[in-house]
This record gives sequence, C-alpha cells and structure tokens, in this order.
Amino acid sequence: MLRFILHRVLTAIPSLLGLLIVTFMLIRVVPADPAVALAGDSATPQQIEAIRHEYGFDRPIIVQLGLYLAQVARFNFGESQFSHRPVGLDLRQRLPATLELTFGALILATALGIPLGVVAAVYHNRWPDFILRFLSITGIAVAAFWFAITMQLIFAMQLEWLPLRGELSNGVIPPAAITGSLIIDSLLQGQWGVAGDALRHLVLPAITLSVGALATITRFTRAGVLETLQKDFVAYERAVGYPRRRLIWVYVLRNSVIAAVTQIGLLFGALIGGAVVVEAVFDWPGIGSYLVRSILTADYKVMMAATLLVGVVYTVVNILIDLVHGWLDPRLWEQS
Amino acid sequence: MLILRKFARDIPALIGLVIVVVVVIVAVVGPWLAPYPKDAYASHLLQRLKPPSSAFPFGTDNLGRDMLSRVILGARGALEVALIVVGVAAAIGVPLGLVAGYRGGWVSESIMRVTDVFLALPQLILALALAQLMTPSLESAMIALALTYWPYFTRLVFAETRRLQSALFVDALRGIGAGDARILFLHILPNAMSPIIVRATIGMGFTILVAAVLGFLGMGATPPQPDWGLTISESRSYLPGAWWYSIFPGLAILVTVLGFNMLGDGLRDLVDPRLRRSR
Repeated sequence: MLRFILHRVLTAIPSLLGLLIVTFMLIRVVPADPAVALAGDSATPQQIEAIRHEYGFDRPIIVQLGLYLAQVARFNFGESQFSHRPVGLDLRQRLPATLELTFGALILATALGIPLGVVAAVYHNRWPDFILRFLSITGIAVAAFWFAITMQLIFAMQLEWLPLRGELSNGVIPPAAITGSLIIDSLLQGQWGVAGDALRHLVLPAITLSVGALATITRFTRAGVLETLQKDFVAYERAVGYPRRRLIWVYVLRNSVIAAVTQIGLLFGALIGGAVVVEAVFDWPGIGSYLVRSILTADYKVMMAATLLVGVVYTVVNILIDLVHGWLDPRLWEQS
Repeated sequence: MLILRKFARDIPALIGLVIVVVVVIVAVVGPWLAPYPKDAYASHLLQRLKPPSSAFPFGTDNLGRDMLSRVILGARGALEVALIVVGVAAAIGVPLGLVAGYRGGWVSESIMRVTDVFLALPQLILALALAQLMTPSLESAMIALALTYWPYFTRLVFAETRRLQSALFVDALRGIGAGDARILFLHILPNAMSPIIVRATIGMGFTILVAAVLGFLGMGATPPQPDWGLTISESRSYLPGAWWYSIFPGLAILVTVLGFNMLGDGLRDLVDPRLRRSR
C-alpha cells in the first residue's frame, strides 16, 4: 500500500514540472516583449526595466527558469497590476471559496449521480432509464454559463428563493478565518445564521457546476452496474434468495463504482474549468473569478499564478483519486 | 451495409444525425432562411426588447434586432469555428500520435510527456490564457482552442498506433520493404480512422461549447457578430425582463452540442461494439 502511494506521488513529479515549464513558457513565448506585458499598459520605462531584471528577461533562459522556480517556491508571484496586492496572498484567500464550490458540486453530483445510475441500470430499457439517459446527455451538452444565468433568472430573479450572487448577504459579518471556508468556519464558531446564509449562497452555483459531473457519474454508474449485473455471483445470490435490495445497493454497487470513481478524478478538471465560468456569473470570490478578471484586464502575473495553482490542485486531486481507487480495488496496488 | 442497418436501429444516434444535418443546412442557407437577414448588423431602436410574437417568434434584442434571425445566423460562425479548431487540432495531434506510437524511445517519451502536461490543465483555462496573450479576437480564440485540443487526438492515435504496430500486416509490410512513412500514413492511419472520426465528432460539440464560453467572456467573437455566446453575455443587462434574449441562443447551443454528442456516441458504438451493451 505504502509503495503504491509513493509510486503514485513520484509519477506526479514530471507532470508538475511540466506544468511549471508550460506556465513559464506561456508568458515568455507568446507576447512580443514579456517585460512590457507583465508591467502593464501604464508602466513607466523604469518599471519595465525593473521587471526585466526581476524576472531575468535579459539573462539566459536557464537563469530565468531558476528565478521562476525560486519565485514559485516562495509563493512570491509579485503584485497584481490593478489591486497592487500580493498575488500569493489573494490566491491563498480565494482558494477556500473555490474548493468549497467544487467540492459542493462534486458531493452533489456523486450523492445524486450514483443512486440515479443504479436506478437507470435496474430499470434498464424501461422509462426511468430512458428519462435518465436523456437527461444525462443533455447535462453534458448544456453550456454552464447559460445554465447559470437561467438558474439566476428563475430562482433568484423571478421566484426570489435564493440569492443572486456572492458568498454572503450584505451586512452579514463573515466569521473569523480558521480554514478560510465560510461554511466550515461559521459552523466551527457556532454562528448558525451565518452558516445558513453562506449555504443558501452556495446552492445555485454548486447546482450549476454539478450538472455536467452529475450526468457523467450517472452514465458511468449505470454502465458499471449493468456490467456487474451480468456476473455469476449476482445470479448465484439471486438464486439462493439473497435480499434483492441489499444485493444491488451493497454488493453490486461496490463492484461497479470503480469506473465512476475514475471519472470523478477526470471530472475534477472539468469542474475547475467550469468553476471559472460559474464563479464569473455568480460573482463567487474564488480563484475562477479572479482568473477571469485577470485575463480580461490583462493582469498577467495573476493569470500565470492562478493557472499554475489550478494545475497543481488538479494534479493533487488526481493523486488522491488514484489512492481512493487503490483502496476500492486492492488489485491495483498489488500490481505496482 | 450491415453497419448502416445497425446505425438505423440506434434511435439517439439517428436523432443526433438529424440535428447535425439540420444545423449544417441552417448554417449554409442561414441568410436566406432568416426572416430578417440584415438584422445581423442593422438596428431598429423602436422595436427594442419586444417579447416573442408572430412577427418576432424569438423576440428582439436591445437594438431591436430579430432574435430568430440572429440565432439562425449564428449557426454558421459556430460551425466554422468548431470545424477549423477540430481540423487544426487533428492535423497537429494525429501525426504526433502516429510518430509517438510507432517510434518509441525518447521521441515517443517526450511527445507523450508534453501531451500529459497539456491534459493536466483544464482546456478552458489554457485557452483563455493563450487567447489573451495573443490579443483577443476570434482568430486568437480559434488558435488557442486548436493549440489546447490536439493532445486529445495525440493520446488516442498513440494508443491505436501502439495496438496496430504489432499487427501481422505491419510485419508483412516491413518484410516486403515498405518505408516507415508509407506504413504509417497509408496503412496504420486508415485503420485508426474510425476512432479519430468519433473523437472529432464529439470534439465538434465540445469545441462549440468552449468557443461559446470564450465569446461569453468577451475573448472570442466581437459585437455586432450574431455569436451565440456573445449574445447571452449581452443579454445579462436586460434580465429578468427580457428572458427570451438569453434563452434562445442558449437553446441553440444546447441542441447543436446535443446533436454532435448523440451522433458521436452512436458512431462510437458502431466502431467499438464492446461498449454496446453498456448503453
């Protein structure tokens, strides 16, 4: 088991290095003069020269890479061109909101998708299956930003059931930061009202973000359960009269979710990509809306740092998913 | 012909095919089909933000332009972008996958590592960053999307090439002295074509979605182009009053992407009958 974990962590190192090199190359290869691009439109020639020196654009590329790695290692990404706040600080403060949103969506998608997939498989080729199949192909095809706006239109603007945007209502004082996640912090400090308000704000963005993932998880669970239902052990348990419900929801399900778990890892990338859009529509104060704003305003330091962070989070989550995978299917770590 | 009969029994795939054919027709004859073809650019301020009626079945936008016409006219742009992006991505990704799969050694290793890195980042984020660095425009958006989509082809073709390389017919070709280029492009590539076509079909739908996001965020099409994503972003200032302004372009994206996905799924089932029973 330990060797499996170690092996998986070690194989992630080349991807992380590659990621560093890609973000490093982006700013150096694409624009005509990276120092001018980084300094922004309003920079004086002195500022441009200072940046040129700081990033080593006047020195060999290997030195530049070294300087870049040193900056990343110290979590020093410079200052945002617009807010003049350190980018590293902004990222640290915004990461919890994004994780709250993506995990909220992932939990929603898993908690609904797995049972729905089982139901679809049990009712194979009957009407619940047809409806769920139609909904799941629609869920993958829907544009997240349009779905977000439509949800706002219906539930926030027309029905006024849920808040339109943001993370907390005006006038609600956020709890003292412990983990950075509003919901967890307010629960830890027993501020139930604040937690409720934060939760209400999370509902629409999380639902919007979960749609694609929900569809995929439903599909893969259904396929997995259908396959397991053909296995001999299922026929045997049925023949000896084992309770059908327990057979399906415990034994068949456990043998079927592995494909869905792999998908969850792949989905995380899609969720983070989707979070960019959903956060922008709902003004959610996370990495995604920060990234969109930086891209729209050509705030390159923020853009590079946020892109890197997203890549790192994605890689780390994939390792975690592989570990869960190994726990569900021990054959995997015996092979390695 | 058996394959056609099999396809004809797959109802979702047939629906997908019908949708794709209709969207392609709309894209081609759009200017003749739209009730007010000039409304791509002309504005009529007296009729702004009219709800759906018999004169304007999808209502009008903030400049009084007919939404139905703009939705119809948007199809061409969406398909053009998707076709170009998927075409360029395949043109980059397929040869790289062939070489990586056939060669082995450090060539293969380095191509696949680069592919992995690209796949380790959400495509949307990479495409957004690239598009901004190249100064935002529709062309930049297309280049950015193509530069971030090729790894999907590379990984697929790599696996196919690896599989085919050990096939008997490749050994036979080597035995009679066929060159590497000949084996790769005239023999392995045609055999790998079906999964490539499936990937491209699904990629069309996927690209339409991502391109719409770029348009929505202002990194793609520019006003007054009748781009679906851009239109939805323009509509946001007029909600909740003018619901039709955002609903119809969104439905157009949904139906188009749905069509490509359903067709792609159907084609995949034809190509790989093992997956058949899982549907």
